[in-house]
Formats: sequence, C-alpha cells, structure tokens
Amino acid sequence: MATTKLFFAGSGGQGVLTMGQMLTYAAMYADMNATWLPSYGPEMRGGTANCTVVISPDKPVSCPLIYEADDVVVMNLPSLTKFESLVKPGGNLFVNSSLIDQKPTRDDINVYYVPANDIAMKLGNARTANVVMLGALVSVAPVVPVEMIYKIMEKTFSGRKAHLLDINKQAFHAWKG
Amino acid sequence: MSEKVLMKGNEAFAEAVIRGGVRFYFGYPITPQSEIPEFMSRELPKRGGRFLQAESELGAINMAYGCGAAGGQCFISSSSPGIALMQEGMSFLCGAEVPVTLLNVSRGGPGIGSIQPGQADYNQVTRGGGNGDYRIPVFAPASIQEAVDILYEAPSIADRYRNPVMVLADGLMGQMMEPVMLPEEKHAFTSEEISTAKPWAISGSKKGTRSVVKSLRLQPEVLEEHVEHLFEKYAVMEKELERVECEGLEDAEVVFVAFGTMARLAREAMELLEARGIKAGLIRPISLWPYPYSAFDRISPRTKAVVSVELSMGQMLQDINLGVKDRVPVRLIHRVGGMLPTSIEVVEKTMKILEEVR
Amino acid sequence: MKPVFTVTEGMLPVSTSYCPGCTHGVAHRIIMETLDEMGLLGNTLGVAPIGCSVVAHQFMNVDMCEAAHGRAPAVASGIRRVHPDKVVFTYQGDGDLASIGMGEIVHAAARGEKFSVFFINNGIYGMTGGQMAPTTLVGQRSTTCVDGRTVEQAGMPLRICELLATLDGPAYIERVSLDSPARIRAAKKAVRKAFEYQIAGKGFTFVELLSTCPTNWGLTPPDAMKRMREEVCAYYPLGVYKDTGKEAE
Repeated sequence: MATTKLFFAGSGGQGVLTMGQMLTYAAMYADMNATWLPSYGPEMRGGTANCTVVISPDKPVSCPLIYEADDVVVMNLPSLTKFESLVKPGGNLFVNSSLIDQKPTRDDINVYYVPANDIAMKLGNARTANVVMLGALVSVAPVVPVEMIYKIMEKTFSGRKAHLLDINKQAFHAWKG
Repeated sequence: MSEKVLMKGNEAFAEAVIRGGVRFYFGYPITPQSEIPEFMSRELPKRGGRFLQAESELGAINMAYGCGAAGGQCFISSSSPGIALMQEGMSFLCGAEVPVTLLNVSRGGPGIGSIQPGQADYNQVTRGGGNGDYRIPVFAPASIQEAVDILYEAPSIADRYRNPVMVLADGLMGQMMEPVMLPEEKHAFTSEEISTAKPWAISGSKKGTRSVVKSLRLQPEVLEEHVEHLFEKYAVMEKELERVECEGLEDAEVVFVAFGTMARLAREAMELLEARGIKAGLIRPISLWPYPYSAFDRISPRTKAVVSVELSMGQMLQDINLGVKDRVPVRLIHRVGGMLPTSIEVVEKTMKILEEVR
Repeated sequence: MKPVFTVTEGMLPVSTSYCPGCTHGVAHRIIMETLDEMGLLGNTLGVAPIGCSVVAHQFMNVDMCEAAHGRAPAVASGIRRVHPDKVVFTYQGDGDLASIGMGEIVHAAARGEKFSVFFINNGIYGMTGGQMAPTTLVGQRSTTCVDGRTVEQAGMPLRICELLATLDGPAYIERVSLDSPARIRAAKKAVRKAFEYQIAGKGFTFVELLSTCPTNWGLTPPDAMKRMREEVCAYYPLGVYKDTGKEAE
C-alpha cells in the first residue's frame, strides 16, 4: 500500500491537531508507520493550527514534510483559501461547510462538504465537530481501520471522560455523505 | 520493559534519557524544547531523580557541571540561543572531564532568530563555541526512534569518555510525533554507589583519598600535558563513535548529504528522482563529530555531483569538501530562517545542478 | 604534656600561594578547622571560585571542584541534588560573587539552597591585578579607577548581606571581619553556625568575611588591617543580618 499524506487545518480550539493525532494513534495500533507534525508558533491560543500526518503501511515514513496531500481537511475559511492548493490532483478536500460558505476554485479534486459543527450540535456536543470530520475522512479514504479509531477513543475517553465515548463514536459515524 | 508508544519528540527524548539512567535535569524554558523541562519536572521526582529549573542557561550548564562532577547522571537540553549561552560551560566540562548529556533542539538564527527549525548550529556544535582545545561528540538523529536510541545510550558514552555528549535535533523533531519503541530502563546510580562507580567524582565519602575536579592548570607544561591527554582521548572517540548511513552510492548520479530531518527529505527526493530516471544516493552523517569523512570514498566514479541539503547557509560544506577532496563538484540546496524546502523543490534544484555539471 | 596547638587536618601540609598579609589563609583555616572539629572532613564537598582562591582545593583537604567565574552557587546547587546528605559549601570572592555571579547567588539564596557560602570581600579584584570590584569603596584607588572610585561612574558599592537579607530563602546571614584575633574567633563561630544550620536543614547560609588585600591596596599588612577596621567596617557594618533560628526562639 502506498504512503498517504494528510493535512488538517483550522483555527486553534477546533480540534485540528487532535484529529491528526487520533489518526496517527490508529495507524500505530494497526502496526503502520506514521508521523504527525504540527505547525507551531509563538501564540498559545486562537491562532491558526494545522498538522500534517503521513501514514505508510509497509516501510518507514521517509519524510514527515509534504509538498502535496492526498487528503486535506479545512475547518475554517482562511484554511480553505490557504491550503486548497495543497490537495494533489485527484485528491480529496473535506470542507467544514458549517463555517465555510465558499466553494473551492479547483475542479481537479474531489470536494466533500461536511457540515461538521451542525451535525455535532444536533448530536448534542458541539465539541465533537472534529470527530464528525474525521469520520467523514475515514469513510471516504479508509487509511486506517475503524476499530483502531475506536481503540484510541476508548483510551482517550476513559475514567473521568468515559461518558464522552458514546457520543464520540456516534459523531464518527454521523456524516452520511 | 520495552514498549511501543506514540510520543511527541521532546517527550520521547526526555523519557529516553531517563531510561538511559539519567536522574538529574537542569533547564531553562526555551522554544521549541520547553516540553522537556515540563516533562522532567513531572517525571524525575517520581523516578527517584531531581529536577531544578535554573535561573538561566548559564545556571543550568553550571548546575549540570556540579551534578556531573559529583557523579550524578545528568541531562540538560536547550535550543540554539540557549546553547550559545552554555558554551563557556561546555569548554569547562571538557577541561574538567565531566560527563553530561546535552540536547540541542535547534532553531533559526543568528541572534534570537526564529523558533522554527534550523540547522545553523552546525558550526557551533561541531567546532565548539567555547574557548580552548576541546571536542564534543555530536549525534544528529533523523527519526524519533533514532533519537531515542541515541539518547538512551548517550549517558553511558559520556561516562565512558568522561566527556559531554551532544545530540542535535531540529525543532521539527521536537514537535513531531512518531511511534517509538522505548527501551528497557537501565539501572541508575544511587548517591551511595557513586564513590565506587565513579571514583574520580567528588562524593565526600572516600576514606583517605580526595577528589578534585578542575580545569585550571596554571603551569604551562601541566596544561599542555592535559590537553595532549584530552586529544588522545578524542582520537579514540574518533575511531569509536563515527556513525553514518549510506544508501545507493554504487550507481548514483547525484549523492545527497544531509542529517536530521533534511536527510528524510533527501530520501524522499531520491524516490522522486528515481521516478524521473535519475539514480540518487545519500550519505547521512549520524555523528557530526566525528564526521564520517571516509564515507565519501565510497562515492562512485559515475557520480556527477554531491549535494548538501541543509537548513543553513552551507555550514556542513567544509566537512563535505574535506571528504570529497575535489573528486566531484559539491553544491548546496538550502533554506534558512525556519523555512523548509519541499522534496519537490530539492528535486527541481537537483535537476538544475545536474544540467550545470554535465 | 598537653599540646597547646595542633595543625588541623583540614588544611593540607603545604604553603599557600597567597600574598603576605592576605586573609585568605585565615579564612581557609577557620573554615577547615571548623569542619575538622565538627568531624565533617570526609563528608564535605567544596566549590572553589575564580579569583585568587581558585587554587583553594590545593589547600583545603576535602573533595572539591572548581567553578567558572561566578557560577559556584549553580555548581553547588547541582552537587546538592546528587548528595543530599553531605555538607556543601562555596568559597567566593567579591568579583566572583557580587559582580559576574550576582544572578547565581541571588537565585541560590532565593531557593533556600541548603549549602553554605563563604564570601571573601576584600573590595578588589586580586588575581587580575587590582581592578575595581562592585565592593570597592568610594574614593578607593584601583587600576581601573586610578583616582579613586566615583559614584558618578560606578555607583555605590554593593552591600551583599543586606541585599540577600531581603529574601526569604536564607536562614542565616552574617558579616564578620578578619582584622583581629577576637574578630577571627567571632568569624569562626559564624562559620560553625552556618554549617550547623546547613546540617539542620534550615536553609541557605551565608557568611561574609571582610578581608584584606595588602598587595592591591598598596598597604603594608598592618596598615591593611587598620584600613579594614576603620574604613571598610564603617561602610560594611558587622553583624547578623538574618537568623531564622533566633527569630524562632
């Protein structure tokens, strides 16, 4: 299986880095090679956030830096403007249509509109918007097995946070394309 | 017990040295490595160690010197400007032969520069910014796993030669997450074991003999003898610590030379070049001092150019030229200031270089 | 016959390299005699500074290391982490402690580091040949203020005991003088108290020992003693600046 390069962008607090991390954990649980690389800057809150995930099922990841991505997730408008060009021709762009009312300009890519915030609100937990988006991504591009996503959810939402497990699993499957 | 985990580079580095026997950490916050003092402040007290936040990098390196002189297994980390401030201490550590493990999670310079990744500390770490004749082995891992393996081993290398050992990682590796196999935890010396394990150390617990740890030697003939002794030791280190990884040198038209994250970028560029029908090879120095000059003797007569891929204005070129010895044209592909090249950019620039040298 | 005097094992049987009339030798001896009397010689770690006493480890018979200029308190903080049960001290001059090492001494004191600092204040850079120190008195001549220190150029001399006494970390701070047998005996008591407090885990202990530098003061040893008694002690009042043991009583 070939290497998959993914990119997640949004504003701080939208769970963008977490989306990438969940995917990276899932890849590790599935005995794949993976890297997660965040952007980092002097601001601690509210700035833009993005991260790059590279998943390589067989050989070690050669390079954690990317010049194009198979799959790009944009959670807000500035991210769409800035990172639309990163999607490789024929690649997938996932647009958080709850917050982005513009359309991408390119016609050589597949665009998926996911109203992640609206779906999350309907489920009763606005903070699961990133998991809704991650679910959409994995349903279109099955880069990691769903059971491994469950495994990281079960580890994350345990103890004090155990009550959040069900809603996150629901959120993961909430987008029906 | 060894275990596979997903960890942020900085935290994996810290965990690796603890498993390697380190029990003392002295640090001062600086981006992009502040997760290390944070991690150490949480972990060391739980594992029988001590953490102390120093008043400055000057304080930190000198606390490390005191700790090392007293026989403690000690680790300190910082980033480029902080490492610059520690240079006096590094010279002192070498002169006094005190083992300490150092980590530089480097960023862009000069001056405060930026907090984004950089490799422009090459001269600082390989040539040494402190005074006097001294050497510090420098290892530049390219993955978190390799960094963990080296940092796990570094405290024992430092002890073996009674010399500081430095690991050079760039900011990118510090912030990155990658699955990593953590090695089994080594035995860490207790204070009581120091006087027998490190009889040279000051431990205040020996009967009849006295230890003095010092770098001052006022009589020229005594200092000369000491420096000659240090360089006999460095000669052994040169033989024993050289590490390099070479790929595809036999039939390479172009050979990349790169360390750290840039070596991974070069590796991807090799794959992309191969798709365009160009064979590329890679020399990846893992030890920057001792530098693997002899690896360059393995470059094939077919090779048209040697290309350094660096996040600096070409600080490694001097060493590359010493290895290449004018046999092949040497060129540079670089970005600085925290800017990172893409593998495509490296491929395109390499194609241009090949046109130019053909 | 009862011996009236024995040489302390705390000092190695060698001549010191200090100038005639310099009080480093006296300071060394009272510290090492105290450790000897307290039975701590095999149990103590010392840190020598940069300055004339960089060679203190050639005379003091305990495990010692050197420190880079001004960094002795940081070095001692590192040592203390490894050996929590030993006695640790630094021996520092005024250029070392009050100028280049001000950051380290203030933070060690503020942390309440459990070691003792012996601060030799002779108001001049001795080893480098008599330059102005932060503790040089106003009007005093040095090779970098040949007509005497002026307030306009260099400000007023620093009073370190007073400065450190504003912090909560120190348990004991006293300034003593080595200008007469009686005051040397008093100084030795202060040294002992510093070690006792350290062993009792009370916190940071600091003894400033006013000292002479006849060579760089340009005075004979007796005149240097007289100057210290009259001029130096007038600007640097002797006494206890902090004593948490006493406050507790």
